[in-house]
Amino acid sequence: MPIGMETVSALRVKSLYKVYGSRADKAAEILRNSAGRDDKLAGLPVTAAVVDANFEVRRGEIFVVMGLSGSGKSTLIRMLNGLLSPTHGTVEIDGVDITKLKPAALRKLRREKISMVFQHFALQPHRSVLDNAGYALEIAGLPRAERREKALQALRMVGLDGSADKLPQELSGGMRQRVGLARALAAGTDIMLMDEAFSALDPLIRREVQDQLLGLQAELGKTIVFITHDLNEAMRLGDRIAVMRAGRIVQIGTAEEILTDPSNDYVAQFVADVDRTRILTASAVMERPLGVVDVNSGPRVAARVLRETQTSAVYVTGRDKRYLGTVTADAATQAVRDGRKNLQEIVSTEYAHTVEDTTPVADIFAASAQSPAPVAVVDSAGRLVGVIPRVTLLSALGNLSTDTAGATATPGPADEVGTSPTTDPTRAVGAAGTAAPTGNGDPTAEVPAQVVAEPSARLTGEPA
Amino acid sequence: MNSADSIDDLLPYVRIGDAFKVGVDWSRDHLSAVFDGIASAVDSLVEPLVDLLTAPPAIVMVLIFAGLGWWLRGWKFGLGTTLGLGLVAGLPIWEQTMSTLALVLVASGIALLLAVPLGILVAESRRVSAVVRPVLDLMQTMPAFVYLIPAIFYFGVGAVPGVLATVVFSMPPGVRLTELGLRQVDREVIEAGEAFGASPWKILLRTKLPLALPTIMTGVNQVIMLALSMVVIAGMVGAGGLGEVIMTALARVQVGAGFEGGIAVVILAVVLDRLTDSIGARTASAKAQRAMQQA
Repeated sequence: MPIGMETVSALRVKSLYKVYGSRADKAAEILRNSAGRDDKLAGLPVTAAVVDANFEVRRGEIFVVMGLSGSGKSTLIRMLNGLLSPTHGTVEIDGVDITKLKPAALRKLRREKISMVFQHFALQPHRSVLDNAGYALEIAGLPRAERREKALQALRMVGLDGSADKLPQELSGGMRQRVGLARALAAGTDIMLMDEAFSALDPLIRREVQDQLLGLQAELGKTIVFITHDLNEAMRLGDRIAVMRAGRIVQIGTAEEILTDPSNDYVAQFVADVDRTRILTASAVMERPLGVVDVNSGPRVAARVLRETQTSAVYVTGRDKRYLGTVTADAATQAVRDGRKNLQEIVSTEYAHTVEDTTPVADIFAASAQSPAPVAVVDSAGRLVGVIPRVTLLSALGNLSTDTAGATATPGPADEVGTSPTTDPTRAVGAAGTAAPTGNGDPTAEVPAQVVAEPSARLTGEPA
Repeated sequence: MNSADSIDDLLPYVRIGDAFKVGVDWSRDHLSAVFDGIASAVDSLVEPLVDLLTAPPAIVMVLIFAGLGWWLRGWKFGLGTTLGLGLVAGLPIWEQTMSTLALVLVASGIALLLAVPLGILVAESRRVSAVVRPVLDLMQTMPAFVYLIPAIFYFGVGAVPGVLATVVFSMPPGVRLTELGLRQVDREVIEAGEAFGASPWKILLRTKLPLALPTIMTGVNQVIMLALSMVVIAGMVGAGGLGEVIMTALARVQVGAGFEGGIAVVILAVVLDRLTDSIGARTASAKAQRAMQQA
């Protein structure tokens, strides 16, 4: 088991504590013995910055640590490369506990395995962009020519090879941070720590460098620990996200897990503001299509299903449940009259547009608007996996946990018929309200629901 | 009246002066070898430098300074230097001016050799800082003349006590501004060095010192200016140079000669100030700072 684990996790953190103050050791011990309760620390002149952090970062993933300022995330990331030494606990990089390393060995490890990108770029203002990009290589003692070449290559990756001879101050903020990124890339380490790396940039630039990071990541497959206070950024970048609050990691999961199943009120409130249309995908909001007929079953069957489900169109699938299109009531009636045996000739793709199940909700609106019937959702093999009625989409927009309301509230089959949805917004609010704060019998459980529901008005007012 | 006198009599006369004298006496008697060594070392610096500066004709020296000024600051300053130093060269005190320059250069050179490393030490360690700060305060606020007395005691009269008193007097801003410059270096930039595995030594040499250089150069400038003001006072102990010119003028109440000596000091000060200032401005990190302000 441990051997197998090591091959997948690049970084492993076990019961990590960082306590500041004159009696830090004692405080950490108290916290360990009291399951991390702050009230036991009363009277001690200490601040607990990180309390009992446990996680593993897999090779090649972007692991986001998200929390507000003061939540201990900056302290946490600085313990990952030994810039700060923990009060208690271990940090393992490729199986080596770095908390036990001597300064020289630690420096060697940083040069070889773990690089860092800083919030305010931390470039050397007196040296050129090229020298900055090659900084790690210079420290590693590479000959000048080789250093320049590698640095230039890294600058090319971030699209800044044209600015190699400039000083950092002559560049814009976004470009400077790309130099910071190039510096970390040039170091050639497998692990990259990014401390609020894009937080100092304005929103449009931030988006641009996020895209660039994702592009580079797809190519290079680094292991990245990314610190941010911006939930949207966390959701956009993170393969997995750890939410921190007051020094503790309160939840670790994928963006969708955190969004749809927050572990407590704090996380629920935090995710209330997120633009979930960018996070949730079609598969998270789609519903089960009831009116489905096989292409070989003929117009009569189609007409019967249409009647039973009281819808205006049925979804037609071919071999292997491959989605072909829809047949409307008019077309079916006409075909019966004409005595046709097969649906093949009357199947149309006009009546219901198609999206893939991985499409973000935000990108489904156009299809939904142009599509008279619920949008059909297909998987990568082209099989029909669900449908999205327009009202479902609107509920998703309104920060409502639609999939929870639709799927786990188990309404009767008739409710799920695509075009006559009874998952109306008002009912969904109630469902989301009880679903969001999972399982604590707290009387204030309704409060987050209101918080959750509030932005919906604003969002539906100005879609996307 | 009487009662007040008697109350004041209660105040003890702590004989710090006597104690200091005992210390000085003892060190002179027992550490004479050390002081002789220092004296001959300083002498061996000052004398050749004075010879070097006074060897060429005054006009050649003026042109050398003018060329330096032109190169570092532009033709206007070059022209100003030519006029100013040309004026001094025409006075009958050119040799004294050059010997003052030699004293300033040696004294501030020694002061910086001590001040910059001490400044680095102070910036790196809070404990050292806590000890050094009050000492610097004392060195800076003690009236300059007071340094001359033990200096004569150790080294007799001449250039050496003048130079060493000047070193003590002019050192503090060198230490302080080195410390300030190093402390002002962006914490994140230092952290970046650490994060990429640079040794503390490398961070100091490649990052901190270059970035602190403009501030350190301000310190150099301050040290030289203080040295210049002190060197004149040192004329009292027979250090020679313009100090001697001014002291003689003072003793004989020669208004004209005194003014000439004073003007020579002023012109020398202006030239040295502008030259060192422009060296600071030419450092890479000063350029970087200007680029930042423009951006």
